[in-house]
Amino acid sequence: MDGLERILAGHRLFAGLGQPFIDLAAGCAKNVVFRPDDHLFHAEDPADWIYLLRHGRVALEMAIPGRGAMQFETLGEGEIVGLTWLLPPYRWGYDARAVELTRALALDARCLRDKCEADHDLGYELLKRFLPVLVQRLQATRLQMLDVYGSAR
Amino acid sequence: MDDHPAVITRDGLATLITSLRGDGFRVLGPTVRDEAIVYDDVETLDDLPAGWTDQQDGGHYRLVRRNDDALFGYAVGPHAWKRFLHPPLQRLWRAEHDGTTIRVTPQADPDERMAFLAVRSCELHAIAIQDRVLLQGPHIDRHYQARRDGVFIVALNCGVAGGTCFCVSMNTGPKAASGYDLALTELLGETHEFLLEPGSERGAALLARLPHRPAAQRDTDRAAQVSAGTAASMGRTMRSDDLHDLLLGNLEHKRWDDVAARCLTCGNCTQVCPTCFCTSVSDTNDLAGATERTRRWDSCFTLDFSYIHGGSVRNSPRSRYRQWMTHKLATWVDQFGTSGCVGCGRCITWCPVGIDITEEVRAIRDDAPGGADGRA
Amino acid sequence: MAALAEAVAATADAMVPRIVRVRKRARDLPGTVTLEFEPADGTTLPRYQPGQFTMLYVFGVGEIPISISGDAGDATRLVQTVRSVGAVSEAVTQLKPGDLVGLRGPFGTAWPTDELAGQDVVVVAGGLGLAPLRPSIYHLLANRARFGKVVLLYGTRSPEEILYRRQLQTWRKRLDVDLEVTVDHAGPDWRGHVGVVTRLIPRIAVDTAHATALVCGPEVMMRFAAAALHDIGLPESAIWVSLERNMKCAVGLCGHCQFAGMFACKDGAVVRYDRVRRLMGLKEI
Repeated sequence: MDGLERILAGHRLFAGLGQPFIDLAAGCAKNVVFRPDDHLFHAEDPADWIYLLRHGRVALEMAIPGRGAMQFETLGEGEIVGLTWLLPPYRWGYDARAVELTRALALDARCLRDKCEADHDLGYELLKRFLPVLVQRLQATRLQMLDVYGSAR
Repeated sequence: MDDHPAVITRDGLATLITSLRGDGFRVLGPTVRDEAIVYDDVETLDDLPAGWTDQQDGGHYRLVRRNDDALFGYAVGPHAWKRFLHPPLQRLWRAEHDGTTIRVTPQADPDERMAFLAVRSCELHAIAIQDRVLLQGPHIDRHYQARRDGVFIVALNCGVAGGTCFCVSMNTGPKAASGYDLALTELLGETHEFLLEPGSERGAALLARLPHRPAAQRDTDRAAQVSAGTAASMGRTMRSDDLHDLLLGNLEHKRWDDVAARCLTCGNCTQVCPTCFCTSVSDTNDLAGATERTRRWDSCFTLDFSYIHGGSVRNSPRSRYRQWMTHKLATWVDQFGTSGCVGCGRCITWCPVGIDITEEVRAIRDDAPGGADGRA
Repeated sequence: MAALAEAVAATADAMVPRIVRVRKRARDLPGTVTLEFEPADGTTLPRYQPGQFTMLYVFGVGEIPISISGDAGDATRLVQTVRSVGAVSEAVTQLKPGDLVGLRGPFGTAWPTDELAGQDVVVVAGGLGLAPLRPSIYHLLANRARFGKVVLLYGTRSPEEILYRRQLQTWRKRLDVDLEVTVDHAGPDWRGHVGVVTRLIPRIAVDTAHATALVCGPEVMMRFAAAALHDIGLPESAIWVSLERNMKCAVGLCGHCQFAGMFACKDGAVVRYDRVRRLMGLKEI
């Protein structure tokens, strides 16, 4: 478990949360590997895991009738896949697919949710860390939505 | 240079005009046409608006008869001297395809030398401002330069302040200070005479050829009184020492919405303003296969003015009025070192809805956060 | 007198086009074309600096500003890239080798590539913004040893709309340049980044105290990119952007290109970000 603890303790998202949290999280964590084109999850799947990417690239995409799967974001080393694990109905709204060989630390979201319900201070601390990332991605998405480059024709 | 002022009579003034014409100048000056005083060719004294004056106010201009024969008893009309120096339409070049290549022929400038008669102090400042804009950048306007070089200027110290004038507020008059070859002040009363002051070597040389007598102290005193009287009867005032920061610090002031509700974006103000210089180019083709590019006056009030692919940057009338006013009074200083406004009041008179730039400034200042001190 | 003669020459030339001929035409993308010009009137090509533009005149149609997108160090070629967005640009994209056009310029300010010796350089391009940046990229790569780290970030709408694709691939193969390409959205075959180009900025590793950024693209993208660069520690005075405004004369005499107190054609198009940051945040200015 040592390796997992080190990774968690070193990640900026969990900085300052103290050893008890690290121990707890490490207890609900495991190393995972995805080969190219493996899915981390599909839309409508229960949001049971949070993925800290250690290596590789993951594409977030949605299937659009007539256009197939459209990627709207890729995430890489050091980034988190799965920000909405905290919010009901605890289901993913999109697909996540490994674009290349990807190693990640998977955290048990159900376990973390239970802990947050029991310990609201912990819940607040986690929210304070996940929310800025969500807002940053929202801002980026807005820029994408404005379609500033215009179309080639 | 012999800079002693002289006094001439109407005959002297007539001789001034014929001498200039004889010297090969095209003399342009105030004339009456279409119920306004406009600048046009002047051949004799009879072409001048003798006995006329003007009533000017926001959106209002009327010619009214005076009870005397004053030749210059009015303020400025809708024309500015820019129409001769920076013409409304100017061909730039003509191009023809001759089978193997395209030959471009730049437009030559006319040989004509112009003399401007009765240029007001505000107009002298306006000409100097346009000189700075068009002759002092990294590229100069050679058509302006060709027309500007050698213009003979006979200034006129205003005897009447117009209903919308505020040159005193802008430090641009009413007495002409420099930039002229000769300056006239009309002296009315028992005698109808003119004080004539030389402002350059060639002005003095021309004066020497006119029937005149040296000016006495009483003549220069009378002239000073004329200017003082004009200065004391300005139609408008505008505090002008703080405009740059006041306007650029209030770009979202609600007054802009207020004026936008009135402004028709007709662009009259830009046409009559003596310093507005914006132009556009248009290309025309003829059936013989030649093409010509013409430069024409343009206005920042048009929707197209700031068009880039997809739309205009300044889409709303609010943004376009704001552009004109902040450019004229504020960013012009950043670009050219002086204000763009000379206080001539034309924009107030010729605005169909009577928008008054002095009032707009006052409204913003009076209501500016941290900026109001009650003074207008 | 020499200065006067130069000024006279500048005056005489500025509004009158010289004639050039299209030597080559390459279609980059649907509606976007790169043209190479040669003189057709016996004169030599004008020298230019990276970031400058010319006014290109299609006889009988009209005149528009076009970015110079070629290598400023090569005096024998004048290369420009244009996208069709209106009647005149459409006509320009339809020109064929041998066609004659009018050319005025070059005009405008340049990317400060001469002043970057010893600095880390970050180039952030969005969409067609890669075209006016390409001359500065050529300069950086041709004089590579003069600079610290060189990072190129390019964002565009989709993989099908990547400009100068082959060239990007060539640059990517170099060991002394960090190149990242991202798109706003992509189909399943794309294996690269997806997301706005600003998202690539927090991941670059440069010495922010000795770095300069050159940013070009749609105005909104430049604002967000400059903000992201500032967030990682670049002072606003170390960020350069390129303004776009309506150009008619391109020599500061017609008033069309004004952006508050600046004339985009003579005070720009390349400007230092700290001078325009506040203005870029104002609407309809």
